[in-house]
Amino acid sequence: MAMTFEEKKLKEIKKECVLKMLALYKGAQAGHIASSLSCLDILIYIHFMQMNEQDKFVLSKGHAAAALYTVLHKCGKISPEMLQTFYKDGTLLSAHPPCGEDPLAGITFGTGSLGHGLSLATGFALSNRYSGKKFQVYCLLSDGDCNAGSTWEAGMFAAHHDLSNLVAVVDNNRLQGFGKTEEVIDMEPLEDKWRAFGFEVYKCSDGNEFRSLHEAFSRINKSESTMPKCVIASTTKGSGISYMENKLEWHYLPMDDELYETAVKEINEQ
Amino acid sequence: MRKEFAATIEALASRNEKLIFFTGDLGFMALENVRDAMGDRFINAGVSEQNMISMAAAVAAEGFTAICYSIAPFVAFRPAEQMRIDVCLHNKDVKLVGNGGGYGYGIMGSTHHAIEDIAVLSSFQNNTCFIPCCNEDVEQIVKKMVSTRGPAYLRLGYGAKTGEIRLTPYSPIRKIIDGGSVTIVGMGPIILNAIEALEAIPDAEPADIFAVSEMPIGELTEELVNSLERTGKLLIIEEHVARGGLGENLALLLMQNGVDTKLKHLCARGYPEGLYGSQGYHQASSSLDARSIREAILDLIDGR
Repeated sequence: MAMTFEEKKLKEIKKECVLKMLALYKGAQAGHIASSLSCLDILIYIHFMQMNEQDKFVLSKGHAAAALYTVLHKCGKISPEMLQTFYKDGTLLSAHPPCGEDPLAGITFGTGSLGHGLSLATGFALSNRYSGKKFQVYCLLSDGDCNAGSTWEAGMFAAHHDLSNLVAVVDNNRLQGFGKTEEVIDMEPLEDKWRAFGFEVYKCSDGNEFRSLHEAFSRINKSESTMPKCVIASTTKGSGISYMENKLEWHYLPMDDELYETAVKEINEQ
Repeated sequence: MRKEFAATIEALASRNEKLIFFTGDLGFMALENVRDAMGDRFINAGVSEQNMISMAAAVAAEGFTAICYSIAPFVAFRPAEQMRIDVCLHNKDVKLVGNGGGYGYGIMGSTHHAIEDIAVLSSFQNNTCFIPCCNEDVEQIVKKMVSTRGPAYLRLGYGAKTGEIRLTPYSPIRKIIDGGSVTIVGMGPIILNAIEALEAIPDAEPADIFAVSEMPIGELTEELVNSLERTGKLLIIEEHVARGGLGENLALLLMQNGVDTKLKHLCARGYPEGLYGSQGYHQASSSLDARSIREAILDLIDGR
């Protein structure tokens, strides 16, 4: 069940998740660290503040899987033993969430190819009309996800069918796979685009601050609109670790011993 | 075949509340009755096949059986990744239905043909491709497809009737005509051209004709192996490119099982003249018309 807003408690959860995630990435010598740090606050907020047991979550930016794994671990859905298998041969915890009939509690679909998540979330939202269930569906997209035509196909469908139980959250860190979003495909004004596609749009000025997320989601929770919702969350890629912040290379690089120690020190000092 | 398909879905939908139908904005003069019978369970997803198939996967994840309809090329290729990942890798109960497989849409042009669909879709995990050989098979195949949980692709052909032939009961590989000197194995309605070819050969019924209606083939049937051991001459025909089609699938199985036979393979060759025409025109361009098949049969009989 969703908890009441306590910023201090959420920050404690975040610190625990960041340290766990950094250890996983270090142990695996894996990249995508900055992508996970960009959206960890959003994942924590959605899972601890918004979601009830029956609600669905789709991670469209599958490359942030380690952030999701640590959050699901904190929720009790991934055991400590399983978490330690991250990246190892024979694991379910691959770099992107696993596919399969029902691979893991809390993971509705394996993702990793961008542009699928909003369609999957839209399908879940639509299914309530046939099942009589009443759940909310949350989908976390990257800004790169917004390049994909299928994302907008889903957006048009969701709006046309008044899927008010759908909440899309864009992790808008303005850095994608091989450049700044404004240089690759400038999607601004992004809010206007989502609005034009029929979404009720909520701006979150700092998606790496729980208070800012709380403000946006509190407004969503009060909405009586039949429109699907979209939160455009301004975030920082690599948030919280100085040498990673807004650096494209930390989409890919692993940490060496020294950088890992610096990262842990910075997090512990926050 | 889509008339038979629509009638079967209409009947099934009245008994099966779990059936949800998506179309990619196609079905004029074909799906109106399905739409009227299914009410809000019939969804026109618009010209957005990628979204349609991912949505269908999520709807299936909630315990429903989702059918996604379009013409064969539109449902097989653009959303291939959605089918691969969201449906097949997750083993969801989603059935793609593609009308006009092969050169079925004839003069509509190459954008509307699907001669590589089985190669793509039969290679995906958990997926079964159904290729009815005639209108009479459609109802049975649709019922089997809907009652079997998991991904599937149904390739519908155009108005294929077996005429005077008395059909044997449906199975994924079955003998349609009992002959003797040559074994013909065809995928889907192209076997009707082989039947026509046989009618033009004075020596009545010189060939066993097998229809393959499910791909990929997992294993050979005893009946087919017996036929090949007797004839030692095999003609494979398919309205599909050689790569990833029936020929490659069957030839590998024959080699793995030590079945030795002479082999001829007639398949879709694309657009050898770079020109366009009816389905019959394209079949003839690929030597898949009855006359070319007859020549191939006679070549095999004569040992050429």
